[in-house]
Amino acid sequence: MTRKALSQALPLIPSSVMIGVFFLIPFVLILLASVATLTPEGDMAYGFDLSHFERFLSWFYIQRALFSAGMCALIAVLSLLIAFPFTYMLTTFSDRAKKIWLIYILAQLSLSEVLIAFSWQILLSRTAGLGNILEWVGIAEKSFAMAPSAGAVIAALVYLAVPFAVLLLYPALSRMDRSLIEAARTLGTSPLRSFFTIVIPVNRSAIVSSSVTIFVLTLGAIIVPQVLGSPEHWTLSVLITDQAIFNFNLPFASALAVVLLILSASVIGLVMRFSGGEK
Amino acid sequence: MKLLRNSYLALFAIYLVGPILVITAVSFNAKKFLAFPPRGFSFRWYAEIFVANDWFAALMNSLLIAACSAFLAVLVAIPVSYMAWRHGLRYAKALFSLGIAPFILPPVIMALAFLLFFANVGMHGWTINVIIAHAIFLLALPLVTVSLGLESVDMSLIEASQTMGADNATVFRTVILPIAAPFAFAGFAFCFVLSLNEYIIALMTVGFTVETLPIKIFNALRYGYTPVIASIAVVFLVINVLVFSLIAKFSNLSRILGAMD
Amino acid sequence: MSGLEISNVSKHYGAVTAVNDVNLRFNKGEMICFLGPSGCGKTTLLRMIAGLEEPTSGTIHFEGRDLTHVPVHKRNIGMVFQSFALFPHLSVGENIAYSMKIRGHSRAEREDRVRELLDMIHLPGIEDRRISQLSGGQRQRVAIARALALNPEIFLLDEPMSALDANLREAMQIELRKLQQELGITTVVVTHDQTEAMTMADNIVVMGKAKVLQSGKPLDIYKSPVDKFVAGFIGTSNLLPATFSGNGAVGFGATDVKYSAANGSFANGEQVLLMTRPEEIFVHKASETRPENAIEGTVTFVRDIGATIEILVDCNGYEVISVLTPKDDPDVHVGTKVFVEMPPAACSVLAA
Repeated sequence: MTRKALSQALPLIPSSVMIGVFFLIPFVLILLASVATLTPEGDMAYGFDLSHFERFLSWFYIQRALFSAGMCALIAVLSLLIAFPFTYMLTTFSDRAKKIWLIYILAQLSLSEVLIAFSWQILLSRTAGLGNILEWVGIAEKSFAMAPSAGAVIAALVYLAVPFAVLLLYPALSRMDRSLIEAARTLGTSPLRSFFTIVIPVNRSAIVSSSVTIFVLTLGAIIVPQVLGSPEHWTLSVLITDQAIFNFNLPFASALAVVLLILSASVIGLVMRFSGGEK
Repeated sequence: MKLLRNSYLALFAIYLVGPILVITAVSFNAKKFLAFPPRGFSFRWYAEIFVANDWFAALMNSLLIAACSAFLAVLVAIPVSYMAWRHGLRYAKALFSLGIAPFILPPVIMALAFLLFFANVGMHGWTINVIIAHAIFLLALPLVTVSLGLESVDMSLIEASQTMGADNATVFRTVILPIAAPFAFAGFAFCFVLSLNEYIIALMTVGFTVETLPIKIFNALRYGYTPVIASIAVVFLVINVLVFSLIAKFSNLSRILGAMD
Repeated sequence: MSGLEISNVSKHYGAVTAVNDVNLRFNKGEMICFLGPSGCGKTTLLRMIAGLEEPTSGTIHFEGRDLTHVPVHKRNIGMVFQSFALFPHLSVGENIAYSMKIRGHSRAEREDRVRELLDMIHLPGIEDRRISQLSGGQRQRVAIARALALNPEIFLLDEPMSALDANLREAMQIELRKLQQELGITTVVVTHDQTEAMTMADNIVVMGKAKVLQSGKPLDIYKSPVDKFVAGFIGTSNLLPATFSGNGAVGFGATDVKYSAANGSFANGEQVLLMTRPEEIFVHKASETRPENAIEGTVTFVRDIGATIEILVDCNGYEVISVLTPKDDPDVHVGTKVFVEMPPAACSVLAA
């Protein structure tokens, strides 16, 4: 090895060790654990045991996986519908207003899922929530609890996803050539029409990649389904946590994690191919 | 048209800010039970965070873990981004992509992976586990921000400093570092905030030995509500807003978020 | 005294040749312009003098010292970049003092020198400004001051005027030339603007396709370009295809045109180019008597801009431009049949 190559390799050694030992090895361990055997004492014996995947293939878990995928897809669509027009308007705000909104959105986006779940629990509770307001306004006769329910889970997850959607769409929308819209307007297109015929098609690939990211992101939600849903609303991530922490069944948790990994990877791959491989 | 636009914006703002306002209102509640609209006004639930030993300990744990892991992540990221940028090393670029991956995967997968790893090497519930785990999980953030910072160093600036007599070390110290540092700081701040709020990886690495604030909140939720959680939510939001305002002030927020200048 | 010597220098990037076997010698204290279209290798040659690139072969000497393999930070040079490359994180004063600071000069020394340099560039008192607060012209001056802070032996400028407005450019060319003469510093400027080169240089090096095509004093190159490329690049020229006929004349159509200089030796009947400069030829109405050494044509365009009158004439399908002063105004219009008079002293012959 030449001196130059050596001097370039040396500074990378600590980082390589960190990434290799603490990312690659744990990652491989998941794959190994997913085919390990659980001994009667509750320990793991590494081997090649496919029984955890067989267990996954029961209708209960397939149903959970389909439910997870379906709900996350719905959330991706909803959050994008809500966030897209706002992001589009955000790019036209003054620099100051833009900055304030971005800081707030980043702050909310970073807020722990635990705290979001808690907020929505309060919001949907009987004593301190929307129910009270409805009662006060006179729509509902008596305040009522809105959680746990599928609607509560979806509402909170969309709330969780909207700031991400804004930030994912923001770069593309802020770079969009505004003269395209002006050109369309001079050609006699109404503002609303130019939004649908110019803004959306031009940003198609950003929309697609954002929705995929949101899908994967919400697949990872753990607390909201537990706090705001009943067990039939639990997603794969919740089941993995449940198996790992409360049932001490690491091999099965790993097998479910592998399924989750394949599910997210294939959705990413599929949509990217479908959208023509654009970034 | 204008009406449509404004009513949409109003609804969006209510949806986004509304829950936070409700929590804020609840946190100033004077009574032990949760109520909205609040009954009375008091700061007692904020005082509780600092007075009640267990809440304060959890807050300190979280702050310590966030600071250490953010620092570690930036340390790991800098050489990778630098070598990929300055020398275009293929190995450094591969390392870069690898370092991004943990952040893209659903966090529960990484959490489980760390759980398995630390169990296998016999490090049961050490605080350092969650520091390392968060640093790896959030590594993508400093990798990206540091790279953005380095890309904003124009090659001609480096050449200019060389023509004025600077050797490689001086170029790094006097040109590259000062220009890229705010971006490294932004990476640190992003990591800090996300580590502070992270739940599942902390739970699976140190959940039974070290109580971070998100873990404590989740545990508290199982035994009923307390308005302390509302006050913590407000405190966290304030911390987040402060940190991101700092980034916006000292670094180029728009650029970090991928927008045009 | 021998100044800058560039001997057999070539630079290859893989299969691409950026600079091909360049040999140049200049005296100390001269101002030299590398002139050529983009991609001709002029910037690469400048960067090799700076030490930012290493030649694939050949040597570069200054005052007898071999600089070829001296790393850039150990050469005593000052360079102004096309983008100016001012450090955005430093103030004007800190930018100018940069080279002194990393060499460990004291604060007082640096402050004195910065003040002196700011006076020199006629921008006193702007030490504490941010770079972003400066206009393009101010940035250029600051970049020049910064490059000269340590009194370098060689002063290099890469397209220094390209970021400036057209009217500012002309003033800065004159100012830069004056400054260079005052300091007596060996200076190399890269430019693609021939007026800029003519304004400032003691010596012009015309480059094309990685090679030196011609080097010499500006007026020598203007008066006798070696080939049609140089003729077209330095000033405007009329190039007409002609047949060489040996007796001091070439044939353009049926007309014989006498010339005074031939660049190269040609055989009888060989196809050559007849070159004239627009300001050295005249236009007369065809109704007047035919002058000597004249060809016939039809006016296609007249551009009267007051100080000069430019007349475009179509001669046998070739366009000839004549630039006249108002007192020579032949009073012609589009469509007028004319004689284009080409005095033999204005005519030279180039290879086709």
